[in-house]
Amino acid sequence: MFTIGSIGFTAPWLLLGLLALPILWLLLRAVPPAPIRRRFPGVALLLGLEDDETQTDKTPWWLLLLRTLAVALIILGFAGPVLNPTDETAGDGPLLIVVDGTWADARDWQRRVDRISAALDEAARLGRPVALVRLTDLPAGELPFQAADAWAVRLPSLTPDPWEPDADALTAWTETLPDERFDTFWMSDGLARDSRGGLLAALEARGTVTVFESPRSVFALRPAGFDEGNVAVSALRTRAEDPATVTLAARGLDPAGIERQLATAEFDFAAGETGADVELSLPPELRNRITRFELTGIRSAGAVTLTDDALKRREVALIAGRDDREGLELLSPLHYLEQALEPTADLIDGDLLDILLANPDVLVLADVATISAGEQEPLLDWVDQGGLLLRFAGQRLAASDVSRNEEDPLMPVRLRAGGRNIGGAMSWGEPKALRAFSEGSPFFGLAIPDDVVVSSQVMAQPDPQLSERVIASLADGTPLVTRKRIGQGQVVLFHVTANAEWSTLPLSGLFVQMLERLAVSTRPAQPSAEDLAGTTWVPDAVLDAFGQVQEAGTMAGVPGERLANAVPGADMPPGLYTGEDRRIAVNVVSAETELAATVWPARIVVEGLAVLQETALKGWLLAGALVLLCLDILASLWISGRLSQGLRGAAALLAVLLLVTPRADAQSEEDLAAVLATSEVALAYVITGDARLDGVSEAGLRGLSDTLWRRTSIEPADPIAVNLETDELSFFPFLYWPVTEGQPLPSVEAYAKLNRYLRHGGMILFDTRDADIARFGQASPNGRKLQQLARALDIPPLEPIPADHVLTRTFYLLQDFPGRHSSRDVWVEAAPADAEQIEGMPFRNLNDNVTPVVIGGNDWAAAWAIDERGGRMFPVGRGFAGERQREMAMRFGVNLMMHVLTGNYKSDQVHVPALLDRLGQ
Amino acid sequence: MTTYAQLRQRAEDLAAPLPPLLAEAEHLAQAVLLGSHGRRRSGMGDEFWQYRPARAGDEARMIDWRRSARSDAHFVREKEWQAAQSVLIWVDEAQSMAFSGDRNRTTKADRAKLLALAMSVLLIHGGERVALAALGTPPRSSQLQLLRIAQHFTAEKETEDYGTPVIRIMPPHSRALFVSDFLGDLDGLERQLTRAADRGVRGVVYQILDPLEEAFPFDGRTIFESMGGTLVHETLKAGELKDRYMERLAERKARLADLAQATDWQYACHHTGDSAQSALLWLYGALERRR
Repeated sequence: MFTIGSIGFTAPWLLLGLLALPILWLLLRAVPPAPIRRRFPGVALLLGLEDDETQTDKTPWWLLLLRTLAVALIILGFAGPVLNPTDETAGDGPLLIVVDGTWADARDWQRRVDRISAALDEAARLGRPVALVRLTDLPAGELPFQAADAWAVRLPSLTPDPWEPDADALTAWTETLPDERFDTFWMSDGLARDSRGGLLAALEARGTVTVFESPRSVFALRPAGFDEGNVAVSALRTRAEDPATVTLAARGLDPAGIERQLATAEFDFAAGETGADVELSLPPELRNRITRFELTGIRSAGAVTLTDDALKRREVALIAGRDDREGLELLSPLHYLEQALEPTADLIDGDLLDILLANPDVLVLADVATISAGEQEPLLDWVDQGGLLLRFAGQRLAASDVSRNEEDPLMPVRLRAGGRNIGGAMSWGEPKALRAFSEGSPFFGLAIPDDVVVSSQVMAQPDPQLSERVIASLADGTPLVTRKRIGQGQVVLFHVTANAEWSTLPLSGLFVQMLERLAVSTRPAQPSAEDLAGTTWVPDAVLDAFGQVQEAGTMAGVPGERLANAVPGADMPPGLYTGEDRRIAVNVVSAETELAATVWPARIVVEGLAVLQETALKGWLLAGALVLLCLDILASLWISGRLSQGLRGAAALLAVLLLVTPRADAQSEEDLAAVLATSEVALAYVITGDARLDGVSEAGLRGLSDTLWRRTSIEPADPIAVNLETDELSFFPFLYWPVTEGQPLPSVEAYAKLNRYLRHGGMILFDTRDADIARFGQASPNGRKLQQLARALDIPPLEPIPADHVLTRTFYLLQDFPGRHSSRDVWVEAAPADAEQIEGMPFRNLNDNVTPVVIGGNDWAAAWAIDERGGRMFPVGRGFAGERQREMAMRFGVNLMMHVLTGNYKSDQVHVPALLDRLGQ
Repeated sequence: MTTYAQLRQRAEDLAAPLPPLLAEAEHLAQAVLLGSHGRRRSGMGDEFWQYRPARAGDEARMIDWRRSARSDAHFVREKEWQAAQSVLIWVDEAQSMAFSGDRNRTTKADRAKLLALAMSVLLIHGGERVALAALGTPPRSSQLQLLRIAQHFTAEKETEDYGTPVIRIMPPHSRALFVSDFLGDLDGLERQLTRAADRGVRGVVYQILDPLEEAFPFDGRTIFESMGGTLVHETLKAGELKDRYMERLAERKARLADLAQATDWQYACHHTGDSAQSALLWLYGALERRR
C-alpha cells in the first residue's frame, strides 16, 4: 500500500491519471457551451445587433476548474484512498479479553466496547479464538474460548456491574486458569486493587498481557453525612494532576411528587488533590426530600450516592405531663429523651395542638395521663395518617383511670390500677431484667446489657390481644413495651418512665437503639452488624453501574448482617434497602473508600482506549465529485441561459414541500374544540346516550339557531353536543337537557362541574318531554328520573312561571310556553318573597339573575327541530292551530335565549312605557 | 388548429355579452348600401320619418290615405334614409403570428382570428356589413358571410414569414380593422394606410404581441430563427441584447402610432397574455367612436 501521511491508496497507479488533467483542461477550454435554437418572431428586430464581447466563446475558467476538480476527485476516489490504514502485526493463538466491568468502567463503557469490538474484529481476521471474561461475573469452569464472531454478536449486551470484583473469588478463579498459552488484553477500569497483582502474574505466565486503560480520572462520591447541621459531601478522584470542577446535584421529589434537582454545589479539585468537600446548608424540609446526590455528567454508580434515613432528621415533639422542677434536670421526664434524640432529630416543643399542626414524625408523651376530648380527635387523625405516638408511663398514668376498664384509643393496652414495685425497700424480690427480644419484635437481635433492670412499672391487663401487642417484656414475662397499630401509625407505650426513676433503661445504650429501631431517632452512622442482627432488608430501588436508579422489583431480601458489611456485590447490589421502619442505603463508595489509580509494572504495555478507525475515503471522494458535477450542470445551464426553467421547477418543488410540511404548532384537539365553542355563541345539548333523542336535540337546537339567526341579532353557530363527564361547560351559555329514563347519572366530578356552571350564570333547560301524559309533579318515569338527576344539583327554590316573569317579554310577549305539548307547567327560580307589585306597574321587580334552570315537559326540541333540508321534522298539533303552537314554541325559544344572553334587561322599568304600549294598556 | 365551427362558437361566446355594435355612420352620403343607420333625413329605409303634404309630382300610390283621411290635405309618408357601415377586416396570417411563448398561451394568430371574428359577429348582429380582406368579397351582412370568414380562418394556408396588408377592395368612407403583430416590413402598411386615408377610410391598427416578445427573457448563447426559418440571428450573450431589442420594439410601436395618427386611424397593442374580452371591448369602442 502506498501511503502519504495518514492516507494510503489501494490502487496508487491510478493516480497517474492526474497527469492527464492539464490536457483535459485544454480540451474542455476549447469547447464552448452549445447554443440553444429558438424560434422567435422578434428576430426581425434583432437583425444587425452585434455582441459586445465574445469571451463566452470559450468555457469560463471557473467552470473549467470545477470540472477539473471533479475529474481529479474521481481519479483520486478510484485510487482507493484509506484514512489511517492499519498494518497490524498481531500475534496468534488464543486471546483472552479481561474486562474489569465495574462501576468505574461505566463512564467510558461505550469506548471500551468499541475497543473490544476492534480487538474482536482483528481476532476474527486472524482466526484467533477469543474468551471474554468480566471480573465481576467470573465464568464457572474453563475459559470460554470461542470464535471472535460469536463474541461480537454478544458484545452489545455486555454491561458493567455496579460493584467491584470479589477478591477471594478472583484468587480462586486465577488458580483454575488452564496451562495453555494465550495472550491477554486487559480492559482496566483504572482503579488500583490488591487483587490485580495475582491475576496479572498468572496471565503473564501464559502469554503477553496488554492493558487498555482510559487516562481519564475516575470520580466517586462518598455518602453524605451531617457536619454541624450542614450536609457534608465529599468527592474523590484518581488522578490529581490538574484542577477540576465537578457539579454536585441533590435530587429528590418536589412537593408535587416530581423528581427534580433540589440543590447544586461545585466540587473544586485543586491540582494535586484527590479529594474535595462541599457543605450544603439546606432547610430541613428540603433536606428530608433528598433521595440521592450525584455528580452531574458522570454516568457511573460511583458518582451517585443514595441517601437513607441517616440524612433525614425526624421531627420529634416532646410533651411532659409534669411541670419541670427547677434545678432537678436529671429528674425531668424528658431529659434522657432529649439527650438521646438531640444528635439525630429535630426536637419540637409546645402545645399539643400547635405541635400537631407542624405534623411531626413522632410525638412523645412522657407520663401524660388524660388527653382532652378536643385533642384526642386530631391526635387520632394524626396517628392514623402515620404518626408515631410514643408514651411513657409514670406516676400520673399509674394513678389515673386512663385505659382502666375500656381500652383508651390512644393506649395500646388496658392497665391495671396502681402498677407494681419490685426490688424496692418495701417489696419482695429483685429488680427484673429484660427478657431477650422475640422474633416478631422490632427490637429482635438487640443485645441486652446486664445492668438494665426495672424496678417499677405499670401493668397491662391480660387481654386477648395482649400477647401480639407486646414487643418487649421483662424476664418474668410482664410486658415492658407494648404497641398497637392505628391505621398507618402506631401507639407505643413504655411501661416505665422516660427517666431513671423506675428503671435503668434510659441510662443504657439499649434505650437509644430501641428508639432507633422504632424510628424515633435515626442512626448517626453506618449500623453495626449487631444492630442489624436478625433483620431482613428488602431492596426498594437499586443502582445499575451507570448510576441509574431502578425499581428493585421482586429481588430477594438481604439479611441485616450482610447489610452491615455494606460492600455491594452480586448478592447485594447497591441500592436502597427497606426494613420495618427504616431504610438503609448501600452505596458503591462507602465513607472509608479510597480511590487510587492503577500502577502497572513497566514491562506491561498500557494503551489508551482510542481506536484508530480505518476509513475508506473512496465513497466520500466520489460523492464529492458527484456534487461538483451537479454544480457543473447548474453552472452550464446558467451560462447557456437555460437556468430559468430549472429554477422555476425548483421553486415549485420548494413550494410544494413547504405546503406539505405539517404545521408544527398544531393545537391540540381540545383547544380547537374550545376555540370553536367560544368563537361564536353556540347552543349546546347534553348527550343522553340515546342516539335518536340526541339527534332530535341537535335538530331542535339547529332549528332554534336558524330562527334566532333570522329574527334576532343572535347569530349562533351550529349546536354542540356536550358530554358532561369530559367537556368543559363554561363555554356555553345554555344547555338543553332532555330527560330519559335510561340516562346514566353523572359522576361526582360532573356534578361539581354542573354546580359550578349553574352558580356562574349558566342555564339548563330540563325537558321531561312527557307533558302529554303527565302533569308536572305527578310521577312519570321521566319525572322521577329528573328528580334523581337534579338531587345533587345546586338548584334554588322553584315556582311555576309567574305571569309577570321576564321570560314573558324578553323578545316576544308570551303567555304560554308550548313545545310539541302545550302544558302550562313550566318552572323557574322562585321570585323573592318580598317581591311586590308596585302600583301602576304591570309586573313586579323580580329576580335580578337569570334563572339557572327552566324545567318543563313540553318537548321543545321536537317542536323546533328541522331536518337537513330545513323542513320540520315533527308535526305539532293540527292545522293552523298547530302551526300557531309551533310559532309560539319558536317564540319561547327566542325569549329563552334572549333571557339567557341579556338577563333581566327587559325587567328594567325603562321598558315599561314601550311594553305598556305593546300590551295595549 | 381549431375547426371553424369551434372558432365560430368561441367567437359567438365572446361576442354574446356585448350589445349589437352600431359602428358610427358618418359621412354616409355617398355610401350606397342601405343599413340601419338613420340619416336624419328622408330617404330609403324601414323606419317612419315624417308626413309631408303631397306635392305635385308625387305619385298617387305614395299618398298615405290613413293620414290623409284625418284632414283635408293629402299627406305622403316618408321614411328615414338608413345606411349600413362597411367594415373591412384584415388579419395577418403570416407564420410569425403562429408564435406562442408558452404552452398554455394561445398563439397570436388564434387571438387575432378570434378578435376579428368576434368583431364580425358583433358588426353583423348590429346590421353592419363586414368584409374580410383576404376573401376579396364586397362587404356583406349575412350570416353566410360570418360562415365564410370563419371557414377562411380555419383553412390551412401556405404563408410567408411576415405579413403585409393587401387590400383589393376598399369601399370609400368605410371602416377598417388591421390585426397583426407588425413585426415585418412596415412599408406595405404605410402604403395601405395612405391609400385608405385618401379614400376616407378610417380604422384601427391593432397590434398583437406575445408577452415573451415584450419581455425578451433570454440569456446565453442562442440562435434566434424566425418562424419560417428565413431569418436567423446568432448571439453569444442573448441577455446583452435585451435593452437594444426593447429599444427597437419601442421604436416600432412609436412608428405605428405615428402612422395611425397621421392617417387619422387608431393604434393599440394587445398581448396574448391579457384577456380577449377587454381587447374586444376596446375594439368595440374604437370602431364605434364618433368624431
